[in-house]
Amino acid sequence: MADKREPERPVLKNCLRAFLVGGLICFLGQTVQELFVHWGGFDKKQASNPTVAVMIILSIILTCLGVYDKIAQWAGAGSAVPVTGFANSMASSAIEHRSEGLVLGVGSKMFKLAGPVIVFGVVAAFVIGILHLLFNPNATGGH
Amino acid sequence: MLKGHQSLIFENRPVITAAATVVGPFEGQGPLADDFDRIHGELMLGQKSWEKAEKALLEEAAQLAIDQAGLTKEQINFYVGGDLMDQIISSSFAARTLAIPYLGVFGACSTSMESLAIASMMVNARNAKHTLASACSHNATAEKQFRYPTEYGSQKPPTAQFTVTGAGASVVSQQGDGVVVTSATIGRVVDMGLTDPFNMGAAMAPAAVDTIQAHLRDLRIEPGHYDLIVTGDLAKVGYELACDLFEKHRIPIHQTQYKDCGLMIYDFDRQSVQAGASGCGCSAVVCYGHLLKRLRKGEFNRILVVATGALLSPISYQQGESIPCIAHAVSIERGDFA
Repeated sequence: MADKREPERPVLKNCLRAFLVGGLICFLGQTVQELFVHWGGFDKKQASNPTVAVMIILSIILTCLGVYDKIAQWAGAGSAVPVTGFANSMASSAIEHRSEGLVLGVGSKMFKLAGPVIVFGVVAAFVIGILHLLFNPNATGGH
Repeated sequence: MLKGHQSLIFENRPVITAAATVVGPFEGQGPLADDFDRIHGELMLGQKSWEKAEKALLEEAAQLAIDQAGLTKEQINFYVGGDLMDQIISSSFAARTLAIPYLGVFGACSTSMESLAIASMMVNARNAKHTLASACSHNATAEKQFRYPTEYGSQKPPTAQFTVTGAGASVVSQQGDGVVVTSATIGRVVDMGLTDPFNMGAAMAPAAVDTIQAHLRDLRIEPGHYDLIVTGDLAKVGYELACDLFEKHRIPIHQTQYKDCGLMIYDFDRQSVQAGASGCGCSAVVCYGHLLKRLRKGEFNRILVVATGALLSPISYQQGESIPCIAHAVSIERGDFA
């Protein structure tokens, strides 16, 4: 009965918006990377680190201005998946828990949302690493 | 006096001599803005944390209500209040400031009517001359405690509700000018097994209908006895579900106007609030601000306010527990209407 009255989530619309905004963020990232390559004298691989840093800073600035959550309500997964979403999850937790102090508030609560991503990211990397070793005996690791 | 199974008749007719509401900026942009006593331009209220801001909201509302009643803090015998925070800190900390003998209560968003019912019981039984009842909530503190950080970019589903930033307080006295509290029905905890904390309206609807049904049965009246029956914060999804349940239980709700506070406080065309409003503050400010003013103006003679609460905690839903819900009903009528 309750399910019948539950409005359906606009899945198609959400997918489209996520595609658009996610793509736009990636396009912006690519542009920043190209700028580093063309004007900063980096090669493609070197340019990726400062690019990520720029995207993170942009995301944190938007979070601090209170805009990122508004974008996210419209964009859904589009703004949650890229590195900007990760930065937003950390920055927003840090701002939120500032009132509980620097150590117990900011320091510990900052990873409230980002923590699981790191933990399971590491676990997944470990599993993949083992699989890689098992199925590719020539691999020596460490590359 | 106990009437029926779970209802009380207040035969000594306790009077709400004053009621005050203080809200945040978002509520101030809604359609009921004119009915609130004070609207704050910013969510922080010049305080250092969201929690302090919520406490400040409540302190202001309580002080305004006491002033409006023409009383001083010392003349209030007991203060009954509650909110949504862990260990109901907003109310307890406000009680520290007010220094009125205090009973802290928790009924999630049903606290507004729970506190009013208890305050009225004390006055009706002549155990107190004046009591103060209150409830408050703050959007940012509720988001922080129950959901995500306020600036976190997560997409809310269309069933989610927006917690009201607001505090409502009322002074209940043995005598005086004002509207009269005539009866109350204390609700049972109802749990239909729903688990989605982003769809609390649907979880609470059966509790609201259960309490309304009990009220009508205990008092042997029909919905037409009231000019308005209003639920606390069922919002769009819960409201429709409640209408379905009225039909299923053959409660002739069409005899009266049935509304929901969660659908009244915001303008759905201009304000992005998904399914509607929620929070203790929702039913408190709509009832104490909007509805009491309309009662006093004579637009209604008798109303039944049924505040609904979802009794979950962040830990309970993470452990996969369903959401137990409750609703308390209080009937209020014009002083000169008997």
